[in-house]
Amino acid sequence: MRVVTPKMSLIDRIYIPALIKGLYTTIKHFFMRRFTQEYPEEKRKPFPRYRGLHRLNKDHLGRVKCVACYMCATACPSKCIEIEADEAPWKDREKYPVKFEINTLRCIFCGMCEEACPELSIQLTHIYEMADVTREAFVRRKDDLLGTNEFWVLKEY
Amino acid sequence: MSPFWIDLIIILIKVIVVIGALLGGVVVMVVVERRGAGFIQERLGPNRVGPWGWLQPIADGIKLFFKEEFVPAQAHKLLYLAAPAFFMFIAFVTFAVIPFGDKIELFGRTIQLQIADVNIGILYIFAFASLGIYGIVIGGWASNNKFSLMGGVRSAAQMISYEVALGLSIIGVLMIGQSLRLNDIIGVQTQYWSYLPRWNIFIQPLGFLIFLIAAIAEVNRIPFDLCEAEQELVVGYQVEYGSMKFAMYYLGEYANLITFSALIVVLFFGGWHIPWIEGLTIHPLLLALLQVGAFVVKVFAFLWFFVWVRWTFPRFRYDQLMRFGWLVLLPLAIFNILATGVVMVLIP
Repeated sequence: MRVVTPKMSLIDRIYIPALIKGLYTTIKHFFMRRFTQEYPEEKRKPFPRYRGLHRLNKDHLGRVKCVACYMCATACPSKCIEIEADEAPWKDREKYPVKFEINTLRCIFCGMCEEACPELSIQLTHIYEMADVTREAFVRRKDDLLGTNEFWVLKEY
Repeated sequence: MSPFWIDLIIILIKVIVVIGALLGGVVVMVVVERRGAGFIQERLGPNRVGPWGWLQPIADGIKLFFKEEFVPAQAHKLLYLAAPAFFMFIAFVTFAVIPFGDKIELFGRTIQLQIADVNIGILYIFAFASLGIYGIVIGGWASNNKFSLMGGVRSAAQMISYEVALGLSIIGVLMIGQSLRLNDIIGVQTQYWSYLPRWNIFIQPLGFLIFLIAAIAEVNRIPFDLCEAEQELVVGYQVEYGSMKFAMYYLGEYANLITFSALIVVLFFGGWHIPWIEGLTIHPLLLALLQVGAFVVKVFAFLWFFVWVRWTFPRFRYDQLMRFGWLVLLPLAIFNILATGVVMVLIP
């Protein structure tokens, strides 16, 4: 294949107009809008389908919706959900979880538990600030997951 | 007190003021460079320390100061430690002959606003500026690191190549000024052609362009920072340097930058001269202050230009750098001398 290099005009070869053009471009950007978000003061708003920390939903009586069917734990690819079931104290279901733990260090936030859940009990919220200092703190217990509701207000749906 | 002691004290005061101003300039430049880079890249840059990030260099300084003093194994210890100090010393000494203001009359004495009024000022600057590469080469060699050595060697080759063009590009200015004294060169530029000030930029645009490019190469900044070349050589001669030794290189680099900005202003932009101010009646002391202010403003304009250039252009390849220096800048500089000579003969 013959490569044809375009012939440069004298102005191109002097090179200085191109340099001035480059300088003009950067100084234009100097006055443009800055894209930096100053994080702790200015929080990013996640997209509607963002998958953050899990929550356990409650029904209209304030009971945990979960029926301890183990579907989420089975679907979980990283095996981070640990459920212990017991006989439910209520008439409308057989089982309920006594223990429902999610190890968020193992969790990959794929949302498969949410898809598997037949009761719409487990859902992923928009909470992304999950940093902590101890490993234990990352294991979210049932009460933590139920409590996620309290400080996460539904906005989009 | 005898006049000798008074002179000595005056000179000491001038030295302290100039070194303070240089250090202050470096501090300001650190902020301007980092925030300017941020703005050009549509970021904010460091804005956390102090109002608008102005205390950032102090935070940087404290951090560098408390870092571990470290000498790599098998480094030549004496040279390794001496190189950054030498580099910084040279960078600060170079500024000594640059006039930052006109003469002022104070308590019946005429004080030259310049540390040393040397009659070979330009030669002095070039001599010391080229000594600066010893700091880089020795540092690169003494740290016993291949990248450092590469950086040092590149820097030496580059500086020697561009010093030729740098030196030749100002011959035209010297021919017009008929002197190597920087005050004389400014003196010529304070005259007028009807209304236009006779700044050398209007007489020697080609010389100015060559000088500007060669000056960027001389202070080792992008697009001529081959000796640092972050991507290939990590940071070249500075690889093995940490804590205050690194800070010394840093200070020296910015001091060099300020010196060369000042030199450009003196040679091509009339130094401390404010055009059309002679017609106004101002107290001479105020006028002198204004002139110092004008000098600072001009120098800062060029410092900003260097920052601007740094965040605009990519780095040269090494062969391009050499070809550009020897085959473009050098012939152009010689042509400039020739043209200036011909014009001076034809129009006396």
